[in-house]
Amino acid sequence: MKTGVAGSVASHDCLITVRPHDRLEIIIESIVHAQFGKQIEHVINETLRELGIRKLYVHINDRGALDYAIKARLITAIKRLEETNA
Amino acid sequence: MRRSLLFIPADTPGMMQHADVFDADAIIFDLEDAVLPDEKDAALTLLDHYLQSFPLAATEIIIRINPMDSPYAARDIKGVVCDQIDTILLPKADLKSLKKLDQTISKIESDQHMTKPIKVIALIETPAAVLDAALIAQAPRVDGLLLGGEDLATALEVERTSEGMEIFLARSLIVLAAKAHGIDAIDTPYVNSRDLEGLAADARRARGLGLNAKACIHPNQVETVNVSFSPTPEDIAYAQKIILAQKTHDKGVFAVDGKMVDAPVIKRAERLLEKARHWKLVKP
Repeated sequence: MKTGVAGSVASHDCLITVRPHDRLEIIIESIVHAQFGKQIEHVINETLRELGIRKLYVHINDRGALDYAIKARLITAIKRLEETNA
Repeated sequence: MRRSLLFIPADTPGMMQHADVFDADAIIFDLEDAVLPDEKDAALTLLDHYLQSFPLAATEIIIRINPMDSPYAARDIKGVVCDQIDTILLPKADLKSLKKLDQTISKIESDQHMTKPIKVIALIETPAAVLDAALIAQAPRVDGLLLGGEDLATALEVERTSEGMEIFLARSLIVLAAKAHGIDAIDTPYVNSRDLEGLAADARRARGLGLNAKACIHPNQVETVNVSFSPTPEDIAYAQKIILAQKTHDKGVFAVDGKMVDAPVIKRAERLLEKARHWKLVKP
């Protein structure tokens, strides 16, 4: 299955995996899920909205990444997926 | 005014978002050697979003792009040249690549209506660049020459040593070229990040030759480099004595503590006190 992956599981980073899907599905694993799970989901949703993407499987393994890092990693993962599909 | 320039890999969020706590005069976000080829795209995107999120007003922001003849350079420049950065560090710098870089930056500055000009530090790391240092120092935007000791040693087919005799001439030529054109002479990093005594000795040698700053490869090197390239309290006290004595003497030449003082010595004292004030080592 074609996927796009970006990031790492180093501290303050996140590893994001995306793949084509028939709907939007976001799976969040995070060391700070209780405190920031909703914010992580919000950043992912906002980024996908900006990119005009409505259907995608997104898995994030978050190690305490800030919003900018989550957004950057998601954009890179999607670009890599697109390059795989090209 | 630079003493310490700290390299931070541009693909490490953990280090990037703490960049301003290390007390370096400048941060060099590295898109070149610190980033694997497969991660260049991710690093550039991360750096772009980082720069939009973290204003580092008190610290000079430098980006080391990939060499101009690499497949990454054009994308790097387009991705990072913005008002949030101050300077581009150009690896494998020569006159041709500096000219191309200047043209590319000029177009972006014009297209984006940027508010400040981007400066360039030329990374001198080939024998040809060392020999051309005086010309490189005059290239557009260049306000510093940084010696790349490791690459130069490789090109010279010599081993790097703690004494640094193998780069003595290169250091000296870079100092002469930089000082002749009023720009910074920046020393190569000391690569053993655990040996702070060795770093201090290396920095003393560099400063003794006229280099005024040094690149750092680890945050724990910054304090040693800052101290090494700052005036000492004794230097400051003597410079203050000279400036005070100048006001009470009507001759061009006089003595302070038994040492002759004339115009060049006064100029050096003024420059030293200017640095001391800038780095808040004396009251303004």
